[in-house]
Amino acid sequence: MSATPIAAQPPVWRRLIGFNMLTGLALGIGGWFLGAWIGGQMAVGHPYLQGTDQNDVGIYMGYLFAVIGWLVGLGFANYPIGRLLGRAPSLRHHETGSWTRYFRLCTDHKVVGIQYLFGVGIFFFIGGLNAMLMRTELLRPVEQAWPASQYLTLVSLHGTMMIMMTSAFILGPFGNYFVPIMIGARRMAFPRIEALTFWLVPAAGLILLSAIAFGGIATGWTGYAPLADEGRAGMDAYVMSFILIAISLTLVGLNLMATILTMRAPGMSWTRLPIFVWSVLATSILMALAAPVLVASMTMVLMDRAANTSFFVASVGGSQYLYENLFWFFGHPEVYILALPGFGIVLEILPVFARKPLWGYRLAVAGMLGVTLLSFMVWQHHLFVSGMNAGLRPFYMLTTELISIPTGFIFLNAIGTLWRARIRFTVPMLFALAFFFNFLIGGLSGIFLSDVPSDVTTHGSYFVMAHFHYTIVGGLVFAFFGAVYYWLPKMLGFELNETLGKIHFWLFFVFFNLTFFPLFAAGFLDMPRRVSTYAPHLQTLNIFVSASAYVIGLSMLIFIANLIWSLVFVRQPAAENPWVSRGLEWQVPTPVPIENFDRIPVITSGPYEYGVPNAPPVADFAPGALPAAGR
Amino acid sequence: MTTIAGEPVPRHGVRIFAIWLVLTAIAVPLIVLVLGPHLPPPHMTVESVDQRNANIVMTALLVPIALLVLVYFIYSFVFFRETTDAIVDGPPIKGHAGAQLLWIVLTSTIVLALAVWGSYTLIAGAHGAGGGQGPDPAAKPTGYQHALPVQVIGQQWEWTFRYPTYGGIETRDLAIPEHTLVAFHVTSLDVTHSFWAYELGVKADAVPGVDNIAYVNPRHTGLFQIRCAELCGLWHGHMSKKGRILASSAFQAWISAAQKKNASIVKYLPKYSRVYYPAPLRRAG
Ligand code: HEM
Ligand SMILES: [Cu+2]
Ligand SMILES: [Cu+2]
Repeated sequence: MSATPIAAQPPVWRRLIGFNMLTGLALGIGGWFLGAWIGGQMAVGHPYLQGTDQNDVGIYMGYLFAVIGWLVGLGFANYPIGRLLGRAPSLRHHETGSWTRYFRLCTDHKVVGIQYLFGVGIFFFIGGLNAMLMRTELLRPVEQAWPASQYLTLVSLHGTMMIMMTSAFILGPFGNYFVPIMIGARRMAFPRIEALTFWLVPAAGLILLSAIAFGGIATGWTGYAPLADEGRAGMDAYVMSFILIAISLTLVGLNLMATILTMRAPGMSWTRLPIFVWSVLATSILMALAAPVLVASMTMVLMDRAANTSFFVASVGGSQYLYENLFWFFGHPEVYILALPGFGIVLEILPVFARKPLWGYRLAVAGMLGVTLLSFMVWQHHLFVSGMNAGLRPFYMLTTELISIPTGFIFLNAIGTLWRARIRFTVPMLFALAFFFNFLIGGLSGIFLSDVPSDVTTHGSYFVMAHFHYTIVGGLVFAFFGAVYYWLPKMLGFELNETLGKIHFWLFFVFFNLTFFPLFAAGFLDMPRRVSTYAPHLQTLNIFVSASAYVIGLSMLIFIANLIWSLVFVRQPAAENPWVSRGLEWQVPTPVPIENFDRIPVITSGPYEYGVPNAPPVADFAPGALPAAGR
Repeated sequence: MTTIAGEPVPRHGVRIFAIWLVLTAIAVPLIVLVLGPHLPPPHMTVESVDQRNANIVMTALLVPIALLVLVYFIYSFVFFRETTDAIVDGPPIKGHAGAQLLWIVLTSTIVLALAVWGSYTLIAGAHGAGGGQGPDPAAKPTGYQHALPVQVIGQQWEWTFRYPTYGGIETRDLAIPEHTLVAFHVTSLDVTHSFWAYELGVKADAVPGVDNIAYVNPRHTGLFQIRCAELCGLWHGHMSKKGRILASSAFQAWISAAQKKNASIVKYLPKYSRVYYPAPLRRAG
């Protein structure tokens, strides 16, 4: 690390000018108009390029140029252009110090992690707000609060926003921030790509939100053709934002995979790799293999809409089954992209607060890799009654049920780790334990859906809706908050208020279950998904659910209050290792120095050796001139 | 009772097992006898009865699994918690080959049994379980050649029905006769819908260009609810109506009345066909 003092900062207004978010926004908006104009010119004289009420070519070109403008404004073109002009590569020198680095292209993985945390967090709250608005509509069985089209747009925005943002809910903030530290590296394998993956996320989020101005989205998050082909221009926003997110996810996957495979410190053998890093590795494989399929299928929708091709239009030779297959070939691995990082987080947290080694480490790894492999073989369970491949239904029933075996391993790991443990119920531990309760219900309800005779009734009903909220919210989101309470002291350097944390937890946990458990019953009582009107006898149930959902909203406000209170007002500096964890990430100073480690450490033992007599420290931080041999 | 360092150690495993056994012994009969009859779908057809039985069996099997995990967790919260403020390490147990093997064998057995049983009920028992099986069904019930064909046409945002054996008339109400095997031929004129007849235990996607067949054996007369189970645009939630299972004679009366009513317009209908290709889509809301 160089000891050069940071130069005196220029005044604030001067720092606003340059390659940053503001410039990106300005160029993005400019790019939109330029692109829309170019697209308009392209379509002139080609009636087949124009829909009946809009020119989709213009809209797509607008979005494309807006994204380019956004990235150029952020400074993504500087490096390649500079290299072309023969300038020296510059990486780190203006990345220290000032808070403005959070609003610019920054290749420090810790900065990207925090950018992700807040960036994705903001969109997550927008998605949550949509949920509150939907629950308001569902207070009465007839349309009341919003017209049907707006309700559908709310459903679609909520679903798409949530899926897009929570795909990198854990890998974005915590993967980027902690994986390099946990494997003893100084950075990610591809730092500029890492920055790109983050800055594509706000672009995708804003483009998705722009659908509100373009007639909304009527398809839900699954965007089934040919309904997508019919949709107004809001559908173009959906297509474009999904393409951007999928590109981002692919790159996140490749980057993390390369980092974990090639940049582990000496002594970080596969059996010493923290279980969270294993889960990130498994997820990154899913991302790199599944997300490109989404780009492909969205591009086909784009062509169908903009250039009147007919991949999915039956009357001119296409097939809607093609879309369903492509979408769910991405879509099912996607749900494990959501679930696996959660497994990693809870198994990472459990040993620390049980004060015991992770029970059955190899089994956990096998479980995650097993889920990864199997998740590519089950996608047609979403299509049991579609009329496609009915003869293959037993096969997909089998593969789907097989996935519960490796998933069960994770439960056994928890059971073993808690056995005769010395459990401390800290806030992160509460979230981790709640994960198991919720995921148990989510997983077992999935068995109903995998059984074809049962699925005939539950498919497309609120039962499905309850099932996936139990796995995504009850699983992923609970794990996310566990990680927030566990790692934020290291990331931001301040303690979070524990009492507020516990209030947040209990409200969220209790009312999450009160919100979603009754919805299994709603599904059993023939309430279909994605409707704003329903049978009057279900009104009491729905009012109860809506009221509970509002309390979830309240618990989130308490969380935000906790953040503001702890980070802005109290500012109690966090200890270096407040949980007395053996994890490598807790052995580095707070705040983490820009290079993470003075020297690349040599890993001397596993991270979960709690209670092992004479266990060596996890790593040697000042290894001799020659690092010890052997990986 | 084993002892470690002179202190007696309670036999946690035995206790947990005993608690679980008691709870399971209470829960399973309750599920089968009390909850079971309320599980969906209602029993108007052979298929829906099979589906309900599947739901009962699965609930009775899965609730004990859930109880095992829950009892264990709650037990561990009570007995394995740190009571002091100090941070003390627990025993460094890293795994137990026997326990892992047992778990793998148990879960695999349950899962394989479920899959085999599910496939059996799907194909041999329930003949497709009321789900759409596409143009060439894999599981055909006996006597499927003589099933009464009823075409279900989904369109934004209405269901209509055609009876090819009764002159191809098209109606807005659905009626089917009791004790007669019915073959629903589900298709769509525009986007994907899903024909869901709740009490019949029938669900089949209505896909443009596809004839999606679902079989059903009505057991007794009554009303059933029809809905759309696949998002199809603005008024998706309004594609609901009531269908009827009629006694044979009542059905004959109903269909001849419908034929009479249809007589003057049936010549304007497109010729009955397994699928229809109306003019290409136009953009709508
Ligand atoms: C307070 C928490 C939440 C509430 C009250 C809530 C409520 C809802 C409601 C009412 C729907 C519409 C259901 C329908 O008609 O089909 C829905 C759909 C959905 N939600 Fe949530 N939700 C919450 C949180 C989340 C989170 C955190 C995620 C993901 C991380 C999520 C993902 C989805 C998805 C993917 C859909 C499907 C949208 C579609 O049908 O296309 N939800 N949610
Ligand atoms: Cu799936
Ligand atoms: Cu419909």
